Formats: sequence, C-alpha cells, structure tokens
Amino acid sequence: MASTTASAPRASVNVGKLLTRVSMLMLGIVVVYWLGRNLISSPAQFFTVGITGLSNGALYALIALGYTLVYGIIELINFAHGDLFMLGAVFSYFFLTKFLAAEGGSARNYGLLALTLVIAMAFCATINVVIERLAYRRLRDAPKLAPLITAVGMSFILQFIGLKWNGSAPRNFTTILPNTSFEFQGVVVPYTALIVVSLTIPLLVILVTLVNKTRQGRAMRATAQDKDAARLMGIDVNKTISFTFALGGAMAGAAGLMFAQSYGTVAYNLGFQLGLIAFTSAVLGGVGNLNGAVLGGFLIGLIQGFNDGLPFGPGQKWSQTMVFTILILLMVYRPAGLLGKATTEKV
Amino acid sequence: MSTERKNSPVMLDVKDITVAYGAITAVKGLTLSVREGEIVTLIGSNGAGKSTTLRTISGLLHPKNGSIEFKGEVISGKPGHEIVKLGICQSPEGRRIFPRMTVDENLDLGAFLRKDTAGIKESREQVLDLFPRLRERITQRAGTMSGGEQQMLAVARAMMGQPKLLILDEPSMGLAPVLVDLIFETIQKIREQGTTILLVEQNALAALRIADYAYVLESGHLKLEGNAKQLSTDPAIAKAYLGG
Ligand SMILES: Nc1ncnc2c1ncn2[C@@H]1O[C@H](COP(=O)(O)OP(=O)(O)O)[C@@H](O)[C@H]1O
Ligand SMILES: [Mg+2]
Repeated sequence: MASTTASAPRASVNVGKLLTRVSMLMLGIVVVYWLGRNLISSPAQFFTVGITGLSNGALYALIALGYTLVYGIIELINFAHGDLFMLGAVFSYFFLTKFLAAEGGSARNYGLLALTLVIAMAFCATINVVIERLAYRRLRDAPKLAPLITAVGMSFILQFIGLKWNGSAPRNFTTILPNTSFEFQGVVVPYTALIVVSLTIPLLVILVTLVNKTRQGRAMRATAQDKDAARLMGIDVNKTISFTFALGGAMAGAAGLMFAQSYGTVAYNLGFQLGLIAFTSAVLGGVGNLNGAVLGGFLIGLIQGFNDGLPFGPGQKWSQTMVFTILILLMVYRPAGLLGKATTEKV
Repeated sequence: MSTERKNSPVMLDVKDITVAYGAITAVKGLTLSVREGEIVTLIGSNGAGKSTTLRTISGLLHPKNGSIEFKGEVISGKPGHEIVKLGICQSPEGRRIFPRMTVDENLDLGAFLRKDTAGIKESREQVLDLFPRLRERITQRAGTMSGGEQQMLAVARAMMGQPKLLILDEPSMGLAPVLVDLIFETIQKIREQGTTILLVEQNALAALRIADYAYVLESGHLKLEGNAKQLSTDPAIAKAYLGG
C-alpha cells in the first residue's frame, strides 16, 4: 500500500516527461522533414535563404550580446538597447553617407567604411556608458522595477533623439557595399551577407575571448557573480560595469553600421523590431550567456530565413509567429534558455 | 582589567565610528586598534555589529561619523577596491566565493591587483600547502564544493592578495569540529608568517585562545576590551559570551 502511494507521483512525473519528450520528438521530426524536403526539392534555394538567415542572424547576435552582457552584470533588461542600435545605424548614415559623402564602392569609400565602423562603435559605446552613469547606476540598489521602468523611459528618449535626427520617414541612400550578389552552383550569395558575416565573426571571437581570457573579463565575471566580493578582490566595480556597457554599446554600433550598409535605409523606429528579435535571441540562448546570445541570434536568423524564403513553407507573414512559437515552446520546457544555467545555481 | 598589549606600531586605527543601514544604526561610536603582528579578535553575540565593522574597514560601507586610519592614512571614505590596494584583504562572512568559477580562478581573483607573476605563483603554492584539500579541487567549480572547502577557499583567496592585514569574518562558521581546529591552526600559521590578523568569531573561546587582544561588542557599542588570555579566564565574560 505504502509503495503504491509513493510511486504514484513519480509515475505522473514520468508521464509528463514522456509527453514532453514525445511532443518535442514530433516537433523535431516535423522540422527535419520540412527542412529535408526543401533541401532535396530545391537545394540551391535552401542554401540561398540559409545565407540570408545567417547574415541577419549575425546582426541579431551582435545586438543580443548587448542585452546579455548588461543582464549578466546587473540583471537589468536594458530596453533601450534596440534603440541604441538604431542610433548606431542613423549615426553611420549621417557620418558616412552625408558627412563624408561616401556613396558607392570606391577604394576610398571602403577605407571610410572601416573608419566609420570604429567610430560608430565608439559612439554607441559612449552613449551606453553615459546612460548607465546617469540613470542606471543611481538605481543599482533600488527595487528591480525602478531600473526596468527607467530603461523603458531611456528607450523612448533614444527613439525621440532618432526621430529628431533622422526625421519621421525612413531615409534611403546608396550604400558602399554592393547590393548585388554572385552565384555559386545556383546558390545566390549577396556580397553584403558575405561582408556582414565576415565582419561579425571576428567581433564575436574578440568579445568572447576578452570576457573569458583577459583580466578585464575576469573582473566582469566576478562582478556579475558577487559585487561586494569583487570589491574585496580590489576590482573597481563601477568601472567594470561601465566597461561592460561600453562593450555592449560597441557591438550595437557595429550592428547599426552593418544594417545601414546592408539595407540602404535607416529609420528612427528600427530599434523596436530588431531590438525585440535580438532580445528574443538572447532569451532563446539563455540570457546572461554570451555563447547563448550568439547561438540564439544565428538560430533566429536561420528560422526566419527558412520560414520566409523556402518555397514549401509558411512564408514571410508567419515569420514573427514562428519565432515566438519556438521561443514560447522553449521557455516552457527549458526556461533558462538553450545554454542558460538553471537559476538555482545563482547564489 | 589590564589592557597591556604588544608594543608594536598601530596598524589599523578605528576612531569612534558610527555606521548605519538607512535608519538602523548598527555600530555606535566604536573605537578599536590593531597593532602590527597581532591577532586581534572582535567578539559579541549575533547582530552586535561585528560584520558591519569589518565591512566598514574594507570600504564596503562608509561610516556616518568617525574615521579609520591604516598605517597613518585615512581610509574611511575610500572605495573598497582602493583599500585592498593598501594591503587589507578580507574573507567575508558567508564565504562569498565566486560559485561559477573554478578554485583556481577564485585564487587568481584574490591576486587581482598583483602584477608580480612569480610572487603570485609562490603565494599560490603557499596557500595550497596550507590547504592541501584545495589543491585536489583546483579545477572544480567552487560552488559545487562542500561548505568547509568553500571556507578554506575564502581564506586562501584573501591570502592571495598578500595582505598586511588579513580580516576574517567567522571563518569557522558551519564547519565540522576537525575543520574548525584546522582553521584556527592555520590562522596562527598565517600570523607566524608575518601577517596581522583581525578575527571575528562566533566561537569566542577559541578566538580568545589564539588572539593577543580582544574587543567585546554589544548591540553596536564597545562593551569592553583587553588582553585576550585574561578575558578568556574572566568569569563574567565566560558567562556572557562563552556559553560558560
Ligand atoms: N544589510 C543590512 N541592512 C539593514 N540592517 C542590517 C544589514 N546588515 C546588518 N544589519 C543589522 O545591523 C546589525 C549588526 O549586524 P552585523 O554587523 O551583521 O552583526 P554581527 O556580524 O555582529 O552578527 C544587526 O541588527 C543587523 O540586523
Ligand atoms: Mg556577522
């Protein structure tokens, strides 16, 4: 008798787990079948949309890193981060296209593009550091809701600056990067995708190495885990947090320039949509986890790419629905995200 | 009560400090000093203000009134990381090791401000000799170790900063009796190697046995002070603080 009562709850847990497994498995089979069928029936198109997906995913990953870095160190969801990316895009349009009059792909313009990349990164890094310094730092010991609401307010402020700067209508312009593409075995590769991915990967590698291998990175990780203990090690916690905001901002600046140069358009409300998708990427990968943000960014880029571009599929109007369905499913079964740590481990 | 004590220069001079958390005043007009080469202990019941005092010395809190001098320099008001630079390291209450880092990384962080690679290596060997258990666990994530091992790591990490003054807040808390003895032996060894120690302990009798001088705190006030050996045999003290 006693044994039956004891085993009853365990059995129900097992049934629940089994159900989860089976539904995940079925979902997996559907996805694999969908991708497989497309791959076989039109391989060239499969890779073409995959490449577009990777290129967008690179931008998502860069922006997602800013969310995850800040969340990792002060547990704040920085709602203003998407708008910081927007300012990076608007800045690079005004600086590169208007001020330096760099339109079209000459050797001089590629040099100016590289220069603008550095300046846009520094620009967004500075803004992010200033935002932390003026607003979030004062609220570090306040109840969680206070900095959160402040971040929402910051988002509006940055959008307003973007609106005044860029105007209410999107601006279209001639990019330096060619908007053409080359074909390889029927696979269409836009030059912008190639450039975006090959600029992003070194940035990601540098960032991850910096955080995991350097003294400054060690200070960041210590600060993230226990601020008072970090102080007792001689770490300047305020400086470390500023540095973290600078890194996140720099990534957003790079993403802003690459977006502007990939699409040839900037608008004051860019940050909302892309920020949301990038934030989703960070959550999908496990917010606070750098590799997770990168993985999440590329995954969402690919999901969107395949969803929007494959002939046998739901199509573009289902793009957001697909992304969020996958996010919700993941959150139900793995609340900490793909690479996230279980919250219990946090002390 | 005799207050005779070591005749070496004063290293840490806490003068009449008052420390508050918002409206709650935790330490009221406390004066104490630590001389070079001493083990000084601060005892008192739970909530007396011992940890608050230590946190204030390390610059995690700032006194509302009064001042703190270290080797003649005023340090109250300085941020925590600058105080470490001057040579005050603390193993805080509750260990506060970095749980998601390895033992090795935790030790590295203890030496965060040091640049002398060779010296750091030497200190590392030294603390690993003091706590051989940590050597066995060197690549383990600190948060997955037992409480006793984490406590050893907290002390070892503080020593990695090569402090002139080592502050220990309840280093024997929650440890098995064998480990408590080990910790107390180790504290004496650390002093023999030339480090001055300010020790807070729940286990007041054990602390008084190894200390030179003692301060007794009661609800934020200094109750009395004196030679540790004499205090340990004082029947009134025994009754009030030593569970005697
Ligand atoms: N972070 C805090 N906020 C408010 N009050 C605190 C805080 N930390 C300690 N206190 C209060 O300050 C007093 C002294 O605490 P503490 O210094 O930790 O004592 P002890 O280390 O001697 O046990 C206690 O009354 C405690 O409740
Ligand atoms: Mg205490």
